[in-house]
Amino acid sequence: MMSKPATGSRIMKIFPIVLIFPAVALVVFLVIFPLIWALGLSFYSYNVLRGEPPIFVGIENYYRLLNSLDVWRRFVLTGQFVFYSVSIEFLIGFGLAHLFYNQFRGRRLAITLVTTPLLVAPVAVGIFHRYLFDATFGIYSYIAQLFTGQSVRILSQHPMFAIVFMDVWQWSPFMMLFILAGLEAIPKHMLESSEIDRLSPLAKFRYVVWPTIRPLVALALLFRTMDAFRTFDTIFTLTGGGPGTATEVLSIQIYRMAFQFFRTGESTALAFIFLVIILLLTNVYLRLARRE
Amino acid sequence: MSNLRNNRRGRRKIFRTVLIYFSTIIAVIFFIFPIYWLIATSLKTRAQAFSTPPLFVWEPTLRNFIDIFIKRQTEIEAITGQELELATGAETFFYNSFIVTFSSIAIATVIGVLAAYSFSRYQPHGTNTLMFFILSTRMLPAIVVAIPIYFFYRSLGLYNTHIGLILLYTMFNLPFAVWMMKSFFDEVPRDIEQAALVDGSNPIKVFYKIALPQVLVGLGATIGFLIINVWNEFLFALLLTERATRTVPVMIAGTRGEVGINWGLIAAIETLYILPALVLIFVLQRFLLRGMTFGTVRGAK
Repeated sequence: MMSKPATGSRIMKIFPIVLIFPAVALVVFLVIFPLIWALGLSFYSYNVLRGEPPIFVGIENYYRLLNSLDVWRRFVLTGQFVFYSVSIEFLIGFGLAHLFYNQFRGRRLAITLVTTPLLVAPVAVGIFHRYLFDATFGIYSYIAQLFTGQSVRILSQHPMFAIVFMDVWQWSPFMMLFILAGLEAIPKHMLESSEIDRLSPLAKFRYVVWPTIRPLVALALLFRTMDAFRTFDTIFTLTGGGPGTATEVLSIQIYRMAFQFFRTGESTALAFIFLVIILLLTNVYLRLARRE
Repeated sequence: MSNLRNNRRGRRKIFRTVLIYFSTIIAVIFFIFPIYWLIATSLKTRAQAFSTPPLFVWEPTLRNFIDIFIKRQTEIEAITGQELELATGAETFFYNSFIVTFSSIAIATVIGVLAAYSFSRYQPHGTNTLMFFILSTRMLPAIVVAIPIYFFYRSLGLYNTHIGLILLYTMFNLPFAVWMMKSFFDEVPRDIEQAALVDGSNPIKVFYKIALPQVLVGLGATIGFLIINVWNEFLFALLLTERATRTVPVMIAGTRGEVGINWGLIAAIETLYILPALVLIFVLQRFLLRGMTFGTVRGAK
């Protein structure tokens, strides 16, 4: 921390606050205020289309949602999507990180190419995967057909596979970056002494590698879990939640409830349930991040 | 005897190298292929894009890229019988995306850098609380705030305006700008600034004459990530724009569900749309991990 200079102390007191003010003001105006409003609305029965004034119903929206089999199904669906995506991404990222931990010609370029999906717009990813998965002229379907010998309509027959595959394609490099950073942080002398002591690869991993990369792995998993929970753009553009509701994860369900069926009060209640889950996850993340 | 062992070791090394290159090539193909295929499709005619089995060799054409901007309606309309939104010329959407991205980044950068500097150097009361408060807004799922903001924007007349989107994107990218820039300011030793302040220099001058020049690289990286964030944003653009202010991602998403769309044409638009990302991945590579974690994880080198 900078020790406060003696001169111009009044300016020095106000100056930092002036610098911060616009940022905090904007955040309050566009996040806190709407959130409070939405929380209030979640206790009302309100449908924009009907044009009737909102009716106070207390916790009925929450009660109904938490007792709805439909909502629980989406919870499970979202959980499945998150679990499959994140664990496959972890495995691929782990493998890639160990691959790129080796020094070889073209390594930098390979890393750059592999990480390209990270910056590509989710909407472009989603729409283009529609073409890749297309039953008649999509190249992924064509490849699947080469292997299985029969035509596969991936988007209608295996929609969950399609959205997980897409997510894995885009986000495995993210895991790789974390784990690679962890591997590169292992002190060289520890690796050398493990060579000298002739530790078995498993023991080396257990006692030298894992302790160093563990915090980064934890962070990577949490970042990915939270982001996977929120996934909207890619799934919305690839499947739109369909066929039927086969890939209708929570964020898409909230969207539909709010902007297609205009069950406004109920949708804000579901959004808040969603928010609580995310906050719990964030809390875990912040705790881990601070400990590091 | 030793000769044999050397031989074996040499063979093992070769095997290792081959394995590394082989896996690298597989990995690169897996991650680059969809992007390659996107660009390839953009260079195909309608018939080529629809061919089964997919065409790997063809005579590339730039027609799609011309069609996006110049050719209107007739041909596509004649085939499908229905009008596609994108046939009205993509330049409007690119223009909207550009305006919104440029303006919101300009504002977010200025406000964010100021706040980051203050948090890093002066650490006013409650810095930690405020920083976590700012970070937590970013953890919010967009859909949660989207519902109230949609109604506010409707009643405030910000719906379907550039200014509305700019304001929103500014806010959503402020947390990133603050955290990222703070991480860069934190890395710069503060002795010089401190000395200048003790000498009675104007703090504003100290900021832009001494501190700012030292974080220019970081500022560039921050702006790079901001460009990606805003350029790629979809949900709010979908909810808050209509034809006149629609941005590129909304237009691209709008092609979903159309029957008999010309994939060559869409691929061409998408190619142009993801072009900034394809360029920036090379520029931002060194900061990728930091950029994706709000500057909380620095990464190696």
